[in-house]
Amino acid sequence: MTEVLVADHAIEYTYTRSTGPIIGAFLAGLRDRRFVGIRAADGRVLVPPVEYDPVTSEDLTELVDVAETGVVTTWSWNDKPLAGQPLDRPFAWALVRLDGADTGLLAAVDVAREDMHSGLRVHARWSAQRVGSIRDLVCFEVCQDEHAAKVSADTDNVEIVETPIRLDFSYTPGIAASRFLRSVEKGEIVGQRCPKCQKVYVPPRGACSMCGVATDEEVMLTGKGTVTTFCITNVPSPGLEPPYVTAWIRLDGADITSMFLIQECDPRDVRLGMRVEPVWAEEKMPNIGSIKYYRPTGEPDAPYDDYKDYI
Amino acid sequence: MGEMRREVAIISWASFETPSEPARNEVELLLPVIQEALGHVDLTQRDIGFTVSGSSDYLQGFPFAFVGALDAVGAWPPIRESHVEMDGAFALYEAVTVLQEEDIDTALVYAFARPSRGELDRTLSLQLDPYSVAPLWPDARGLAGLQAQAMKDSGKFGDVPDVPATYVSDGAVAVVLAVGDRARALTKTPAWIRGIDHRIEPPALGGRDLTTSPSTEKAAQVARATGVDAAYLHVPYPHQELVLRRALGLNGEAVDAAAGPTMVGGLGRFAAAAAAISGGSIKRAIAHATSGPCLQQNLVALLEGVA
Repeated sequence: MTEVLVADHAIEYTYTRSTGPIIGAFLAGLRDRRFVGIRAADGRVLVPPVEYDPVTSEDLTELVDVAETGVVTTWSWNDKPLAGQPLDRPFAWALVRLDGADTGLLAAVDVAREDMHSGLRVHARWSAQRVGSIRDLVCFEVCQDEHAAKVSADTDNVEIVETPIRLDFSYTPGIAASRFLRSVEKGEIVGQRCPKCQKVYVPPRGACSMCGVATDEEVMLTGKGTVTTFCITNVPSPGLEPPYVTAWIRLDGADITSMFLIQECDPRDVRLGMRVEPVWAEEKMPNIGSIKYYRPTGEPDAPYDDYKDYI
Repeated sequence: MGEMRREVAIISWASFETPSEPARNEVELLLPVIQEALGHVDLTQRDIGFTVSGSSDYLQGFPFAFVGALDAVGAWPPIRESHVEMDGAFALYEAVTVLQEEDIDTALVYAFARPSRGELDRTLSLQLDPYSVAPLWPDARGLAGLQAQAMKDSGKFGDVPDVPATYVSDGAVAVVLAVGDRARALTKTPAWIRGIDHRIEPPALGGRDLTTSPSTEKAAQVARATGVDAAYLHVPYPHQELVLRRALGLNGEAVDAAAGPTMVGGLGRFAAAAAAISGGSIKRAIAHATSGPCLQQNLVALLEGVA
């Protein structure tokens, strides 16, 4: 049994979101150290504001300023803050009903645990650098001064907000892919045969996607193959000088094609049916980069019938 | 759906759950579960009219990861297939809907997840409002804690359990559905879905009463989920069982509450309810599934055994 591979894997992206007039007004307010809510059909003031009434679905338009002080309506204690959260020391999550509002805003409260309770009066702590984001509000803290100074309002709405995300994983590719990658590390190529339709998959994924059955039988391939189709690229890519050739190759004994670069020949000589072989990296790793590229073998071209179903 | 135009029953199921799957990927984990569920009723994928799955690509960390999971199905020749980025119970709802309208008699519903490979408390925050909530990265446990504290403050519940760490496990569930006589032909003990409905509450956590679940109440009313022997509740955090009991008006009925793997646990509740009904230990049961923070969205079904 091959030990499965494990690797760190992160997905990271900064979404750029348009705000619309209502959320835009809310975020502009935060930039100006103000909280803006909206009046719902039943007269309640909702903070954060929403574009449509949560009960009647009608358009809401009446923006309302509320105070930067309020009351904790419920809370939970966070002993171990996670990456990206508002504070890096233990804090309370709370729903804070700002004075003048009828709903609770989710925020952190910077407070000692023994001082935290529902009903606590709190006021906003603002970031020194405000950009029109919910993060302009750092957190709330216990109310000391009910008359914090207001700054003058900047009337430009926020139209765009950037929200970066990042998630970290401990990735495992599974049993079949791990065996394949271990074989590549040794300069070999292992596929798997479907017990039902007899098709051989490279790389193996542990299942035949056509039959929906597990593929347990392993098949050792030579690595040689036949070009079934290709593309000549004339724009540069990192590490690749144009023109370069990317080809789908049916490895001998496989029933699925794999994509590799073709090098050591003039791109104009690459053709369907061309016989090719892998050029391995000197330092092989358990990843497909261990095959640097494919090159022509010099053998006569494969007959059309050999690859016509894979074009 | 309160009235079923065509009767639909759960005729088979299979499930697998482990705290942390060390080796197999999602396809390798899912494949034996699907085969077991189909095998119980001597069906193959060729016999299935509609296939639908529930999962989240964010848990796997790859775009369109759910498409790769079709390797476990055998989707050739091309099959009629769908996916929801939700718990598999909501995929089951789609299957029941399709079986009402279409000239097909069988459906396969499956769900899978391996949340143990990532940071579930952070991943779940990406389902929240992207302007005013998600940028704070609120952990799922912290949000559940807001609900538990609100319940304590309300004084309505007696002892409210503390909020444990967010439940993390890996697994898969597959459920096979069939209509009317096809179901009767395939099993002696179908678990009929007599009503099913799902409802959602306003997304702003601070804009709703966290101590109640009007969405559960409404869904149960539409599904006509009353007069049951037992309720199989999907409960990611223990205190939520108390809210659900009230919303469903449970009083003395047996309650089986479980979390299960994220995206899988709700469909798992259907499998558990169907098992109890088919086994003959109960006649009528509620199957419930939830999604989102603090019971934001709720699905309720009434299952019934052969009269």
